[in-house]
Amino acid sequence: MLTLTSPFRTWAHGVPAWVKLAVLCLWTALVLQAQGPWLWVAMLAVAALVASAGSTFALDWARMLQPLWPFVLLVALWQVWLGAPFGALPVILRMGAVVGLANAVTMTTELAEIIDLLTRLSRPLRRLGLSPRMLALSVALMIRFIPVMLLRHGQIAEGWRARSPRRPGWRILLPVLLAALDDADHVAEALRARGGAG
Amino acid sequence: MERNLTHIALFAALIALLGLIPKIDLISGVPITAQSLGIMLCGTVLGSWRGFLAVLLFDVLVAAGLPLLSGGRGGIGLFVGPSAGYLIGFPFAAFVAGLVVATWRAPIGIAAFAGAIVGGIGILYAFGIPGMAITLGKSLPEAALLAIPFLAGDLIKAVLAALITQTIAQARPGALLSRA
Repeated sequence: MLTLTSPFRTWAHGVPAWVKLAVLCLWTALVLQAQGPWLWVAMLAVAALVASAGSTFALDWARMLQPLWPFVLLVALWQVWLGAPFGALPVILRMGAVVGLANAVTMTTELAEIIDLLTRLSRPLRRLGLSPRMLALSVALMIRFIPVMLLRHGQIAEGWRARSPRRPGWRILLPVLLAALDDADHVAEALRARGGAG
Repeated sequence: MERNLTHIALFAALIALLGLIPKIDLISGVPITAQSLGIMLCGTVLGSWRGFLAVLLFDVLVAAGLPLLSGGRGGIGLFVGPSAGYLIGFPFAAFVAGLVVATWRAPIGIAAFAGAIVGGIGILYAFGIPGMAITLGKSLPEAALLAIPFLAGDLIKAVLAALITQTIAQARPGALLSRA
């Protein structure tokens, strides 16, 4: 499964997931309050932290920040239009420092670690009748359903192409969804036959 | 019980799949993705609680670092960035959409359209606009201005959600858990 975890092992991969997430929460609360030069300090601190993990990692990290560019541009243009071009800097720095560290946490924490943490955190929910296994099972089922639906889509698209010179397009969305609903029913039956999900 | 679980997982997967449909970029640079159609469908087909859980499952996996959001985005950074409000609002949008379909006994197509508008647009924007206002340092009306370009696409998606829900009600009446 393709994840956003960096394949290059860094020192931060070894830090427990809960520590990284706790630091991130604290960091986000702090940076959202920070003003003036402290925002520069925060942004530089995140950049230094990322740089300490090596240049390959830092490049991947920079690539992951790309979706923020439209927002940076928007805020900057807005401020120019208001006649205070530097008014955009605090907003951009704050966004960079918060999202930057969060992305670094994502890149250094494996999916299995986070699922483990969620299972542990959901243990108190047992009193409400929610078994911690349900979370793990639903995560596994969801990830498994993605290729199953893609497979159904492929099959129905082939059926369409065999009969029509036109491209399948949106018309086959509904039959794909109906086939997937049947698949989900079959999986539910199979689960029940094997002793249920609870 | 098992059926609830598999359908919740299926619709969470559906949201992820809708993210694979190439996004259309508006002239203003705002991307329109099919993913919010998935949010609407979670509510109108699965109902309030199951819809909420399905979208929550999707959100949890996005936060855990799976690149499930359109454009292959994912990770906890999204929950502290400009789109945070929308991501947090997703489960509540599905919940309200399901609530409308379950309580308003109009023909299913009409009820689903209303649910998609109230939940998938009303509630979602009520979360998304303050989220953009906070992260981008703007006032609420300014942030609302940023959300307007999405409106046309979301109206089309509400119509699609109503049509799909109606077809499911006809072809697989048992799968329409929102009115089960």
